[in-house]
Amino acid sequence: MITIIIFILLFLKLGNKEIKNGTLINFVNVLLLTNLASGFIFQKTGWLFGDMFYTNELITFEKNLLNLGTLIISLQSYNWLKDHKHVPEFYMLILSTLLGMQLMISSNNLLMFYLALELSTIPLAALANFDLEKRRSSEAAFKMIISSAFSSGLLLFGISMLYGTTGTLNLAELPVQLNGSPLQIFSFILLIAGFGFKISAVPFHLWTADVYEGSPVAVTSYLSVISKGAILFVLVSVLYKVFAPLSETWYNMLFLISVLTMIIGNLFALRQQNMKRFLAFSSIAQVGFILIGITGQSVEGSASVIYFVLVYIFSNLAAFGVINLVSAVTGKENVDDYKGFYKTNPGLSWVLAIGLFSLGGIPPTAGFFGKFFLLLAGAGKGNYLLIGIAALNMVISLYYYLKVIKAMFMDANENPIEKIHAGWSPRIAIVICIAGIIITGLASGAYQYIYSLVK
Amino acid sequence: MNLSILILVPLLTALALLSAKGLKQVRTVALLGSAAQLILCFILFYFYQQERATGNAAAFLFEYNYTWYEALHINYHVGVDGISIAMILLTAFVVIAGVLVSWKMEKMNKEFFFLLIFLSLGAYGFFISLDLFTLFFFLEVAVIPKFLLIGIWGSGKKEYSAMKLALMLMGGSALVFVGLAGLYFNTDVNGAHSFDILQIAGMNISTDVQKLFFPFAFIGFGIFTALFPFHTWVPDGHSSAPTAASMFLAGISMKLGGYGCLRVATYLMPDAAQQYSTIIIVLACIAILYGAFATMMQTDLKYINAYSSVSHCGFVLLGIGMLTKTAIDGAVMQMVSHGLMTALFFAVIGMIYDRTHTRQVAQLGGLMKMMPFISTVFVIAGLCSLGLPGFSGFVAEMTVFMGSWEKADAFYRIATIIACASIVVTAVYILRATGKAIMGPVVNKEHLSLGDAAWNEKLAAVLLIAGIVIIGIVPFLLKDLINPGTEIIIQKIAGSIK
Repeated sequence: MITIIIFILLFLKLGNKEIKNGTLINFVNVLLLTNLASGFIFQKTGWLFGDMFYTNELITFEKNLLNLGTLIISLQSYNWLKDHKHVPEFYMLILSTLLGMQLMISSNNLLMFYLALELSTIPLAALANFDLEKRRSSEAAFKMIISSAFSSGLLLFGISMLYGTTGTLNLAELPVQLNGSPLQIFSFILLIAGFGFKISAVPFHLWTADVYEGSPVAVTSYLSVISKGAILFVLVSVLYKVFAPLSETWYNMLFLISVLTMIIGNLFALRQQNMKRFLAFSSIAQVGFILIGITGQSVEGSASVIYFVLVYIFSNLAAFGVINLVSAVTGKENVDDYKGFYKTNPGLSWVLAIGLFSLGGIPPTAGFFGKFFLLLAGAGKGNYLLIGIAALNMVISLYYYLKVIKAMFMDANENPIEKIHAGWSPRIAIVICIAGIIITGLASGAYQYIYSLVK
Repeated sequence: MNLSILILVPLLTALALLSAKGLKQVRTVALLGSAAQLILCFILFYFYQQERATGNAAAFLFEYNYTWYEALHINYHVGVDGISIAMILLTAFVVIAGVLVSWKMEKMNKEFFFLLIFLSLGAYGFFISLDLFTLFFFLEVAVIPKFLLIGIWGSGKKEYSAMKLALMLMGGSALVFVGLAGLYFNTDVNGAHSFDILQIAGMNISTDVQKLFFPFAFIGFGIFTALFPFHTWVPDGHSSAPTAASMFLAGISMKLGGYGCLRVATYLMPDAAQQYSTIIIVLACIAILYGAFATMMQTDLKYINAYSSVSHCGFVLLGIGMLTKTAIDGAVMQMVSHGLMTALFFAVIGMIYDRTHTRQVAQLGGLMKMMPFISTVFVIAGLCSLGLPGFSGFVAEMTVFMGSWEKADAFYRIATIIACASIVVTAVYILRATGKAIMGPVVNKEHLSLGDAAWNEKLAAVLLIAGIVIIGIVPFLLKDLINPGTEIIIQKIAGSIK
């Protein structure tokens, strides 16, 4: 496990040398690949830093997912990065957030968790500003830093009150001390609010759309997939393990939040014109579905959430990969620009279409399996009202995904986006995504593995 | 015989299509693939008859059960009974006819045939599934290709129709999902839940649970088969779709719903089916009458056929709602018959449209002079639609009426009479359209130079007509085929009366 972190630190040093951009990116990609591979090879269970840091097979698997996602994003952003002036800084920042997330998943103490969370958030705000000449980008960064500072404040407040009522910050010892007193519930609400900010659940979602729109595409995809995934992993384990004594309370809260998140995310996504904004709202809606899986409060629940994050990495990155390419080459980001896209770029259109189908939960893509299992886990609790609402929300979400498909395949356009020649590295990224979308669903191995780890 | 081959063949065809270049190669591959499907289906039919002849009385033959998601007890479980075989044969007929009538498809032909073949994959998978998850999977596989087929190659307000169809069908599957999830969590196989149709059928699910989830499953599948008031996607979807897609939609896709209503809703939740049978019958009667009268008002040939599909599919639901052996037999026969008839109708309308570039009855006339073959086919399809003896429509509708008359109660009698009465209306619109467009005087002089059907169109029509006539003249072939299948369903229903 530690090897992974050492590897990452290794990068940081390398990043300081002045090398030509293209070679540097390729080199970093190779290192990221080694990093990913090492995550699979060195699987250990253990403790570190005096109970602060903890890892087991499940945690390693979750970290591998994050590593995989980062590698894909890095491959995809080749076209955008190769003309950028500050490539080493980009990697330094993105890798320190990755390090923060890995520490966060492994943390066994609320303080450690908070520390890691900050390590992962602050560089992200800097990354959001990475289109240095664009005003929107700085605006996004500013919004992000303020809202995340606010949510961190809430988290800290919650943590401190939790400490006040229980006398411990150790995640393993906390459940014993929880008795459902009003102050504990209040602190729990604050914690949920803090989490809600990070995963952009309604009503804590207001920063999402602006930040997603302003940031460079690579950062947007990182925010929506990796950062969200990491927080979701932590949320599941915290809710299921630490706050199990309060499960009645949080079940109702999550029920409400998930319904709101789905409906509001979907309704706002309907009218979006900017691709990134559109995917921002669609990702809010996806979080609503994930929360349903969490309300299942069962092994199936946590397995389906982790599985869905895996699927989500592939599907969202397939969609973002195409948008990234188009945005890097032509600078176009509007849904209307994609009219007639199929005429000029049939291959990329299919990739985007498959990604969107997977997000919409259409078989045979993995998204169908992910959604099905999430809803099934939620239904296990016997709350069919929630499942019914979710199923109808899937129909709404399909409408806006199909709108993009319609623009690409059916609408005519005077000057469509020109033929885009993707380099080999974005191609590899896209192939990984598509293969992932098709294989992780039809072959049951991935889910079975996650299930066995969770059990 | 391994049933997965039925999925494998379309899959391989679809993959081969991706590597084909140019219209000629593409259509050859598509034709070969669909011919292979047809041959395969006949082989399956033959083997099935052989097995039955040797006295194999198992409910489902050629079963294959593979554990897919062990943790959730989801299996890939396939098997066929007579009803599935009938549906599979219907699918094979319609697919090959669809490929044949799209022979001259120029625009993006590779994608067109790919999606068409992919649709057939979904249909086969659906009909052979014995596991609710697999069934649901294939049900949804077949939605998006329809959206693309209508949206890209359609005519008229195609984007609107495509979107309406996709959203309504997805709404249907959303309801189906709730129904399935409800069933799943109320099953108990050694402490675990199950999606397996055979296992669920062998279980006693409490009436309350059935009453709660039956409407979800039934309405969900009902949307696919134009259950009133969820039929609104049918006219728009059918009339905007390109010919082959209309054939597929009306011929097969609507049958997915009927099959689902029967196999999932009625078979697995018989108590609830009895409770709700009155409502189903009322809705079916409304669909039958409303569809028939709405057809009278249409001036576009495709709209005429689309609305009449609503009416004809009402008979399917009526048969299912009556819950007697004969009526259910009739419902299944009506599915097959309507599938063939409506596919033929859409094919012939497509042929007329390709030549005259209009589908308005008022602008057509005297087609018999220019294109005798096409016109004859049109007349045959029309006569089958209005239930003339000798064609499949008569056999199927007659069986439904006989079955529904078996129920001696004023309510059922009135329903039967209403349904019978609709036949008169059917005769009115069919004969009026035929008289005007086919017989009547030539309206447009330019039409005089038009040619008759080409070989591919003739072949497609002959295949479908052969099916219609065979069922019409020797109906016991179909009746005997589906008999064991409907018998099980009836036993299940009878068991629940006690």
